[in-house]
Amino acid sequence: MTQINRIAGGLIDRSTMLRFTFDGKSYTGHPGDTLASALLANGVRLMGRSFKYHRPRGPLSAGSEEPNALVELRSGARQEPNTRATVAELFDGLAANSQNRWPSLAFDMMSLNDRLSNFLAAGFYYKTFMWPAAFWEKIYEPIIRRAAGLGSMSRLEDPDSYDKGFLHCDVLIIGAGPAGLMAALTAGRAGSRVILADEDFRFGGRLNAETHDVGGMPGTDWAAATVAELSTLPNVRLMLRTTIIGAFDHGIYSAVERVSDHLAQPLPGKPRQTLWRIYSKHTILAAGATERPVAFENNDRPGIMLAGSLRAYANRWGVTVGDRVAVFSNNDDGLRTALDLQAKGVDVVAVIDSREGGALLPGIRHLRGAQVIDSEGRLGLKSITVRLANGKTETINATALAVSGGWNPNLNIASHHRAKPKWLEAIAAFVPGEGGPGNLTAAGAARGAMSTHAALSTGQSSALEVLDALGVNVKATALPKAEDAPVAITPLWHVHYGNGRAWIDMQNDVTVKDIKLAHQENFTSVEHLKRYTTLGMATDQGKTGNVIGLAVMAELTGRSIPETGTTVYRPPYTPVAMGTLAGRSRGKEFKPFRHTPSHQWAMEQGAIFVEVGMWLRTQWLPRADETHWRQSVDREVLATRKSVGICDVTTLGKIDIQGTDAGTFLDKVYANTFSTLAVGKCRYGLMLREDGIVFDDGTTARLAEHEYVMTTTTANAVTVFRHLEFVRQCLFPDLDVQLISTTEAWAQYSVAGPNARKLLQKLVDQDISDAVFPYMGAGNITVCGGLRARLFRISFSGELAYEIAVPTRYGDALIRQLVEAGKEFDAIVYGTETLGVLRIEKGHVAGNELNGQSTALNMGLGKMVSKKKDSIGMTLSQREGLNDPNGYRLVGVKPVDITQALSAGSHFLEIGAAPVAGNDGGWLTSMVYSPHIGSHIALGYLKAGDQKIGQRMRAVNFLNKTDVEIEIVSPHFLDPEGERLRG
Amino acid sequence: MIINHPILGPRDAQEFVYLGDESLMARPDGMAPDAIALFHDYLYLRDNPAGEHRELWYHEQGDRSWLVVTRNTVTHEISKVELARDVARSMGRST
Amino acid sequence: MANAELKPLTALGHPAPTTIEIGGCRIIERFDVALASLATRRGREKDVAKAGKLAKLVLPGVSQSITSSVYGAFWLSSQQWMIEAPFATHEDIAAHLKSMFADAASITEQTDAWVRFDVSSRNLQPVLERLCNVDVAKAEMDFATRTVIEHIGCYLIKRGADNVTLYGPRSMAASLLHALEIIAHSVA
Repeated sequence: MTQINRIAGGLIDRSTMLRFTFDGKSYTGHPGDTLASALLANGVRLMGRSFKYHRPRGPLSAGSEEPNALVELRSGARQEPNTRATVAELFDGLAANSQNRWPSLAFDMMSLNDRLSNFLAAGFYYKTFMWPAAFWEKIYEPIIRRAAGLGSMSRLEDPDSYDKGFLHCDVLIIGAGPAGLMAALTAGRAGSRVILADEDFRFGGRLNAETHDVGGMPGTDWAAATVAELSTLPNVRLMLRTTIIGAFDHGIYSAVERVSDHLAQPLPGKPRQTLWRIYSKHTILAAGATERPVAFENNDRPGIMLAGSLRAYANRWGVTVGDRVAVFSNNDDGLRTALDLQAKGVDVVAVIDSREGGALLPGIRHLRGAQVIDSEGRLGLKSITVRLANGKTETINATALAVSGGWNPNLNIASHHRAKPKWLEAIAAFVPGEGGPGNLTAAGAARGAMSTHAALSTGQSSALEVLDALGVNVKATALPKAEDAPVAITPLWHVHYGNGRAWIDMQNDVTVKDIKLAHQENFTSVEHLKRYTTLGMATDQGKTGNVIGLAVMAELTGRSIPETGTTVYRPPYTPVAMGTLAGRSRGKEFKPFRHTPSHQWAMEQGAIFVEVGMWLRTQWLPRADETHWRQSVDREVLATRKSVGICDVTTLGKIDIQGTDAGTFLDKVYANTFSTLAVGKCRYGLMLREDGIVFDDGTTARLAEHEYVMTTTTANAVTVFRHLEFVRQCLFPDLDVQLISTTEAWAQYSVAGPNARKLLQKLVDQDISDAVFPYMGAGNITVCGGLRARLFRISFSGELAYEIAVPTRYGDALIRQLVEAGKEFDAIVYGTETLGVLRIEKGHVAGNELNGQSTALNMGLGKMVSKKKDSIGMTLSQREGLNDPNGYRLVGVKPVDITQALSAGSHFLEIGAAPVAGNDGGWLTSMVYSPHIGSHIALGYLKAGDQKIGQRMRAVNFLNKTDVEIEIVSPHFLDPEGERLRG
Repeated sequence: MIINHPILGPRDAQEFVYLGDESLMARPDGMAPDAIALFHDYLYLRDNPAGEHRELWYHEQGDRSWLVVTRNTVTHEISKVELARDVARSMGRST
Repeated sequence: MANAELKPLTALGHPAPTTIEIGGCRIIERFDVALASLATRRGREKDVAKAGKLAKLVLPGVSQSITSSVYGAFWLSSQQWMIEAPFATHEDIAAHLKSMFADAASITEQTDAWVRFDVSSRNLQPVLERLCNVDVAKAEMDFATRTVIEHIGCYLIKRGADNVTLYGPRSMAASLLHALEIIAHSVA
């Protein structure tokens, strides 16, 4: 097909031909085209079906406000639904498909909805799908879901990547039309750091769509010359294809830069889009204005378009929408469309001007006091019906109709802080109100200054105000000469003739009738109107429709438009792909990984890893002959208890605490006492929250008089540090205490089992016999002939055990040394699963027990809370409610029949008791298979558990559907007297 | 939001962790005879103003200082930022 | 000093540090710097300043860093600094510093807590503005700050117009390098 509607002129490169397809059909266009302009050039007006009634639709606009021409762009994994054809840049090989139609765009089965429109009016869903309730999930929702939405998703992983970034500037200028360019020139020449962002792929804004001269040259040339100057200024950053999507607090703005959307696919390594966070001191909103239509019967046919857009297609893209063009306007600006098209040789069949009287355009059939009251043409406009000033009607053949109901300033960003727009009667539109984002001023059409001269003038004055606030003194310069036509408008919101549907919100299919129905049913407040009719709730946020809807409601209620109110806009200004918000944080790159010092060694051994927060820890280390994880874990447990096992415990938080008041400080943050701890010793510490609940636990060693090293659980390393800083700075601001994390500085391994000392003694340079290095000893040592190291004789497993730490760079070497030296003892390396078995067998609490609900008393550690000193949480741990003698106590659990499995999360029930909440005795917190005991064992919180040792109960789990008879035992399954660890 | 750190200057609020009301610094003496009642009020009775609020923020991705930020909870306007340690001292918490 | 059986690994898990060049961007892993934190004890500001002077170690002001022949330093927080020294001569940097500052300061070894990348490019700004919110372009030379890169808390020091040092948590070295590489490719 040839480009039958391509006319002369335009900012396109006719020397290059681009091929593209729409619904499988091939077309051609040129660089500079959008998908919409290229399709229109090819005579294609029908581009989509409407949301609810499946009405045939073509583009209403030539910009990002587009409600109708939504297509599926690209194919395969890159297919993107609901893309506005009016802003999609044409590239060679582009493939697009229409959406929301079946089987084809021209013949759509669902257009049946259009015939049923009487039943599908506003509130239809609320009224219809009410009852019976049982129908909702199985019948109504699936039907609605199938019918809802426009485009479809590929359901494939997005192959593109998205960057994020941060920019800083003195002044952010949103929009690069005459106002934005003038503001940028003024601020840029004065040396300020300027960011000029425009959503379009060409700077100039409306200048590219008009035939106005600026400064004695065509407006497009002036824009290009200005951009050329700005690009030489190192303090000015020009950002094309960049939409400011939201204003946030204190000068922070979000922007989406479409880096690669104009290409078939991003270049290797390049992102598709970049989400920028812009820190600005001042902002000038120069986002221009959006035209609004006039509602009349059947005003949604392909070929009926906003007047300024139809003009833009002619001037910027060299395209006429039809061969016979009519214009319907309530203001002077709409008349420009007729003049520009006529000048380009297009047949302008009539100008229907709703205003009475006044001068007539020369050489054009200019009908004053007339209105368009209906249109014809199933898949595209064929004719319009006009009611003339004398009351007679006339049918005029036309394939395109340009409609102008006036222009709405693009104040969206200015209202992102809930600033209510205010009504400006002179232009019959809302302008930015008070109380918007701080340090934001609007310039040009965005603030209601509609002429080119007014745009240049307010652009300059806004920039001068900003410069003044920044302390830069610059004088105004002479403005380039430009048109300064007044806004001559007599509002007409909707045509009162005819009984059919007149569309207001094209994307959500809201008509004048729907507004009337909302009024009839008393949904007259703006917020109710919006939700009842869905006016403005589509992805275009009602850019073209909202004000008309308000005006109709104002008319019905007899109030003025400002009295009726307005809704504010929300970010994002235009729809944003989810991938853009995710950035690089997806899949395996969702968050960083932390590797332990033994990671490389463990990889070589074929270890199975588990994510613990961001850490990757060894979960278990299977041997070649092991096919089930339990085989590996049972072996690791038994080998440790029999001889010796090694485990990487680097992930535990380590905090270096120094200062002359370090002991006093620890007495504040721990429930038990540390100031009395001897140098060279360590102690288990219990940290409470101020409400008396256990916060964290770990061992803390005293390495010198004023130097301690605290360990935290892996999970709480960050929050404990934060808490310590709070206590240090906010509660006891003059204690002499200094903190720093050393978690990463030391590679730390636990060596546990009867042969632990023998193994370590092979590597440690000093004597570590029990006499020299007793249980709970701690200190600096050296290993392997002089390497600085730390040794702590602590045990989480109940065995004779040590933790040995070396500078992290030697962590890999040390695990290899330990494994080698351990060969004679059949030493094994174990992971987190075995760690869990060992600690549960010993009855030590961990994350499942430190659940943010449990006290020291619950854990059987009540005596650790010293009442002789004021520590965090001590006071409130004494509350009556937390000291119920029949409250939860940590117990051990064994199945009566040792072949039966237990499951964590099961609830304790008395034998014979009904499984109801009132009989709930508590729950099993942690469960493992204990090869030592020869059955499953568990820890749990049981009401009055300490009084129930030896009793039989049941462990009931509704999720697993298990009900197991159990015996309540001491949580210390192994060596309750602690003889092993002191050995 | 931007928090104008008293030492570091303007920093993005994303770098901070929020805790709550400044009154959390007014921790009672745990050895006082009526300590339980005092701690109950300290921990659980809090104003929730629509308007100016003095609140604690921690500069976790910065210098690890705790700050008292005077912020209007309706407009997000921040009128004052102080080092919590200085505020604690002025509250008489030095001993 | 350890015996030869113990082979140290860099944070990226190799025997020797890595240098990567992407486009005009060079990322050098540094494995030759010893680190220790130094925090003034209560009321000992004068003693710390005096000891620093003797050691030819100037402790920089807020958000500043300094380099000198032996010791370098950058500001961490009020009265707390990170001290840098050549690893070859100062492997036990904490012991060196303790001998100079005695009980006037709390000193903690930090050498292996961090991975260090020196990032340089003739067009560094596009790289850094996609990594963190620091206004590096406007920052003075020797500016030092903590910041976040792809969820990773780091220190950034501006060494020159085309050159910054990044210190990130050692355990996240691979993830941090990955983030740097991706952006280097993105702007290449």
